[in-house]
Amino acid sequence: MSSTNPFANLFGKSPFTALQVHMRVVLECVHNVPPLFEALAKGDDEGVKSAKERIFEREAEADKIKNELRNRLPKSLFMPVDRRDLLDVLQMQDSIADTAQDIAGLLVERPMELPEFMQEPMLALAGRCVDVCEMSAKIIEELDELLAMGFRGREASHVEEMVGALNRIEDETDELGLELARRLFQHEDEIKPVSVMMWYQLIQWVGDLADYAEKVGDRLRLLIAR
Amino acid sequence: MEIIATYGFIFMAMAVVFGLYMTWGIGANDVANAMGTSVGSGAITVKQAIIIAAIFEFTGAFIAGGNVTETIRKGIIDTSAIANQPEILVFGMLAALLAAAIWLMVASAKGWPVSTTHTIVGAIIGFAVVGIGVDAVQWGKVTQIAASWVVSPLLGGIIAFLLMMSIRRLILNTANPFESAKRWGPGYIFLVGFIISLVTLFKGLKHLNIEMTVAMSFGVAVVFGVVLALIGWVLINRVKIDPAADRDFHFASVEKVFTPMMIFTACAMAFAHGSNDVANGIGPLAAVVSIVQSGGEVAQKASLPLWILVLGGTGIVVGLATMGYRVMKTIGSGITQLTPSRGYCATLAAAATVVLASRTGLPVSTTHIAVGAVIGVGLARGVGAIDLRVIGGIIVSWLVTLPIGGALAAIFFFTLKGMFE
Repeated sequence: MSSTNPFANLFGKSPFTALQVHMRVVLECVHNVPPLFEALAKGDDEGVKSAKERIFEREAEADKIKNELRNRLPKSLFMPVDRRDLLDVLQMQDSIADTAQDIAGLLVERPMELPEFMQEPMLALAGRCVDVCEMSAKIIEELDELLAMGFRGREASHVEEMVGALNRIEDETDELGLELARRLFQHEDEIKPVSVMMWYQLIQWVGDLADYAEKVGDRLRLLIAR
Repeated sequence: MEIIATYGFIFMAMAVVFGLYMTWGIGANDVANAMGTSVGSGAITVKQAIIIAAIFEFTGAFIAGGNVTETIRKGIIDTSAIANQPEILVFGMLAALLAAAIWLMVASAKGWPVSTTHTIVGAIIGFAVVGIGVDAVQWGKVTQIAASWVVSPLLGGIIAFLLMMSIRRLILNTANPFESAKRWGPGYIFLVGFIISLVTLFKGLKHLNIEMTVAMSFGVAVVFGVVLALIGWVLINRVKIDPAADRDFHFASVEKVFTPMMIFTACAMAFAHGSNDVANGIGPLAAVVSIVQSGGEVAQKASLPLWILVLGGTGIVVGLATMGYRVMKTIGSGITQLTPSRGYCATLAAAATVVLASRTGLPVSTTHIAVGAVIGVGLARGVGAIDLRVIGGIIVSWLVTLPIGGALAAIFFFTLKGMFE
């Protein structure tokens, strides 16, 4: 009987809810990154492994949600925002989880020691980058309010402010990242050359967590642009 | 003439049976579409929807169903060519009823979308062209009707769009949406009562012999609107702000204010649907009855007998009570995106458009208008995702239902003619 009713087919699956669920999973994934480095600093191999497992599991879950969302987004769907912009936000969100996966993967495949001089600033960088991700997630949570307001008005202004704040914290992480790289190069003769390269890569990746989170916010600007 | 005298009673009985079956089908299937937006937005339960529909479908059919019934009864066919062969009209109307009823059964069983309005109109045109002649059809009226099938969903969409924009400006986009909702809510309820009663009572109700001047119509409409607004004001004041829900979704409490408002629009929609769709079942019935009762008089100048309207309304209610529950349950799950505020816009827009069509005697498809209204809300960026392929489906159903209705009616017409002559 349900197909005799046009309403059954009129409403597509709302992508906005799925986007919010996806971001929550990504955030859970990212929350495991600071523990990863803490375990590494303590020399806790088991801790590193279990953090990596959790990250991988959350990333797989995020991929599942992402694919489902893409499957349910035919071109014939009419939405309050551009389909491309929506898919871009999804891609940026997913890149956060992918980067966390890269970090965890490398640390387990190539057993490395977190050098003494890098411990404090690395943990600080990781923590701050997670802060950026949390801010980004909070903005994504505003999506259903934005939808209620038709992506205009007070809610749009409110979200714009939030994105501005997001940009500012991300600038901080850029600073922290550069500082950390400087430290690394100052002490580069104290550790193996290959390790220096790997640690440089890891610093980039941790910084990327914040970069992608900021990109999510920037894509959201496109949704509320008027 | 003799055929009428001999078989008159049988024809009447057949017409009543077929007519009842049609209205039963309308109650079982169509009503679910009319109430779908109200149930889907979570404002009323399926049980409440059935009760509301039962009361207001009947009321709508009885009070406002006259004009459309008259159109179906005698507006589509020019009967001057068969003034000496009234039985042709009887066969034809019976055939139309039978064709529509069978098509309704088949399409429902197969899960195809079916519009009872389009089927009946197609069926009547079908037997008229085949049984009387192409000139027997009032093509001017038919063109009007066809135009209304295209215009009415558009109108529903425009009204819904405007309502959504106004709600956004007056309520959602303010410093304190909850307070704004409580302040303006009664105004929106006034709109419901005012529009429905104004359109229905404008210049009186011919078949109930109620005369009204334009001024009186406005006056009664305003009074009715104010009474509803007061009731609504009491209901709205009982809504308390829910801080826990608001933390999760800032407009949760605002939507709670719209929930009692949707009860009024649900009633309006049931009323509107009854007023327009009852004619699909009893229009042909009324034609047969008036021919038989006047002993073969085909000019049909007599006014619509009230018992026919009562019969139609009863048929709808019975169909609703027996099968409507099951059908309505299948709708709710798919429409979670329609929050009460959106549902209010879509339902009021649809109800207003249908009632306007009923007033002007134009048979329209309630379902298509409701779809148009929802798309109107979507265009106001009020809905997350709307699949526009539905529009294609609607156009295809036009192209399929009309010819099939006509063909089936033609077949049954010749069958009946052969049987009784």
